Amino acid sequence: MNGTERIAFINARLVDPESGTDAPGALMVEDGRIADLGPRLLADGMPEGVKTVDCRGDVLAPGLVDMRVTVHETSETHKETLQSAAQAAVAGGITTMAVIPGLNQVIDSPAQVEFLIARGHETGLIDVYPYGAITRGAEGEALTEMGLLAEAGAVGFTDGPRALADADTMRRALSYGTRFGLPIIQHPEEPSLAAGGQMNEGEISTRLGLKGIPAAAEVIMIERDLRLLELTGGRYHVAHVSTAAAIEVIRAAKARGLPVTCDTAPPYFGLNETAIGEYRTFAKLSPPLRAESDREAVVEGLRDGTIDAIASDHLPQDPDSKRLPFAQAEPGAIGLETLLPLVLELVHGGALGLGEALAKVTSAPARLLGVDAGRLVKGAPAHLVLIEVETPWKIKEDQLVSKSKNTLFDGRPVQGRCRATVFAGRTVFEAAH
Amino acid sequence: MNTPAPDTHFAPRHILGIEGLSSGEITCLLDAADGFVALNRGRQKKSNSLQGLTLINLFFEDSTRTRTSFELAGKRLGADVINMSVATSSIHKGESLIDTAMTLNAMHPDVLVVRHPHSGAVQLLSQKVTCAVINGGDGSHEHPTQALLDALTIRRRKGTIGGLVVTICGDIAHSRVARSNIHLLNTMGARVRLVGPPTLIPPMIERMGVEVFHDMKKGLEGADIVMMLRLQLERMHGTFVPSLRENFHFYGLDADKLAAAKPDALVMHPGPINRGVEIDTSVADDIDRSVITEQVEMGVAVRMACLEAVTGTAATTPAAKPKRKKKARS
Repeated sequence: MNGTERIAFINARLVDPESGTDAPGALMVEDGRIADLGPRLLADGMPEGVKTVDCRGDVLAPGLVDMRVTVHETSETHKETLQSAAQAAVAGGITTMAVIPGLNQVIDSPAQVEFLIARGHETGLIDVYPYGAITRGAEGEALTEMGLLAEAGAVGFTDGPRALADADTMRRALSYGTRFGLPIIQHPEEPSLAAGGQMNEGEISTRLGLKGIPAAAEVIMIERDLRLLELTGGRYHVAHVSTAAAIEVIRAAKARGLPVTCDTAPPYFGLNETAIGEYRTFAKLSPPLRAESDREAVVEGLRDGTIDAIASDHLPQDPDSKRLPFAQAEPGAIGLETLLPLVLELVHGGALGLGEALAKVTSAPARLLGVDAGRLVKGAPAHLVLIEVETPWKIKEDQLVSKSKNTLFDGRPVQGRCRATVFAGRTVFEAAH
Repeated sequence: MNTPAPDTHFAPRHILGIEGLSSGEITCLLDAADGFVALNRGRQKKSNSLQGLTLINLFFEDSTRTRTSFELAGKRLGADVINMSVATSSIHKGESLIDTAMTLNAMHPDVLVVRHPHSGAVQLLSQKVTCAVINGGDGSHEHPTQALLDALTIRRRKGTIGGLVVTICGDIAHSRVARSNIHLLNTMGARVRLVGPPTLIPPMIERMGVEVFHDMKKGLEGADIVMMLRLQLERMHGTFVPSLRENFHFYGLDADKLAAAKPDALVMHPGPINRGVEIDTSVADDIDRSVITEQVEMGVAVRMACLEAVTGTAATTPAAKPKRKKKARS
């Protein structure tokens, strides 16, 4: 024994979204890193002492990078812990996740960042990167110790589910944040327009007698922030864009060369406001599910590159938080295990190519977060996912690993699933046959 | 060609809203209610069709007339009636709603009449109980028995509902009465207009089949029925109308504005009325035009009809036994 473990993934369809590679070949893992890969690798025979994994022609891609996962590590642990989230994540092919705390908890000190990173290591399943808060207590007033948070390992700054409403504070956050090169991530919603709102404003909210949140609440906040960004420079990232108007504004800002990026989440391209039906609280989200025309605009934004990345927006809630009158129910839905099949819907539906779609959940978010993940290149960590692209199956909430079961895709027929997940060269998940 | 007679069988186990009821089902309830009007006007007001059955009025929001009306309706049909008022301030967590429902359900009531400040809450509760549920008003969503009593009032005065022009004025945005009436009046073939300041007209309500006016006189032109709604100040956060006097100036019903409607137009109001805020005293008390107290009378009759319908005890609908095959979801 020389301590070196070598694993060869053979008969693979290697898909590396960053380089645009999509070709048959093999990939060699050594000591948890990618040692080599390519179409002719191992063509002359297998060296001795190498463990082989036969991919049987399935897609071997970088493990998914999920840039927004809510965990309740130190608060509502009955809903989800880092450990349970990590297990759900690897079941969904995710090997890297950036986490925000639950609503009642804030990451605004370096010690909390270090704590979450350490807890992430303990899972042994996944890389965990915390965001730091922009403002102390996420109260929207005093800035956090952004520099110390960055040194402790924060990959960006966000007040999580709360919009940073005060314009001057946002200006200073963008300005001060440029110094550390990390993105300032906004929850795009003008709070005064959204106050008391339960769902998208429109015909359905009027019929149901629920207070609506106008689509304008999103674009107003983004347009303001973009004006501030012109003053400050820095990096501005819009979380979960959901409206046509917002996407249009971001598209124009990118064309002007502003340093803006954005992401969306599967509910915003996979569903629209009609999913609420008659007060279905599982479909209560923040931002809310929007109109069909908005959903179409999200797909178009993904297609033309205006939307850089797709996050799961995983937000676990227990039954007691959802089995309530709509206005009293908590927003949010889980998404770790359904991210991959819903992204693949875009491929099967013809909106995106496989490489383009996977880029939204691998190389693009990795680049946004500045983390070493999301690529199939020599020397990169061997975080991999083996994907059966064509396999049809049905999402069933009782088969999900996540502690909370609040999926809004229960019963949805999908195509494509995670066959196996590899973290640092170790297989951390294998699908049952 | 003969159009088929409407199916006057009433099948639903619950009455959660007008939306989804057919004109036949509405007609069935109105016909049954008509019969109770005479009973209620006699000296002997008791019937025994609900004898042995239990009705619980579960009110999470203050109410005087609706609760009293249901209580009277239940007692006149011989049911045992219990009133439960749950102060909303003690309901911080909705578990209480479902827990309260399950607790009451265990006592085997036959009908729960529920009022709740949140839209959809009564429907949620109905999924957790095995008895029949009647919506006594949920948030800004529906108040079906109010729309039915309004319809009965109109039908008795005008002979029909179809073809009438009905103008609903005031705080449409927060009104469950308006939504139930829009569904019912459209189902029965009336033309519905809404009048109010833009801040109190909810977005895209035209899609529910109404015409919207911000000029009250224009909205009242040629109207057969004028329904006034009160300002639901308790549901407003922020300024929707700058002052009560400005509201009255533009949207209060006085003799001058009423003159735009048909000469025999009826004035209705679900109550409680705020004199000088949305309606002038002279109009509210005009015995030739105002049917506000008649609405209250019809309310008891309509609720008697609804109670019989959901319990399957109506003499005219022997087939309508309550369906209990579905086990309540836990």
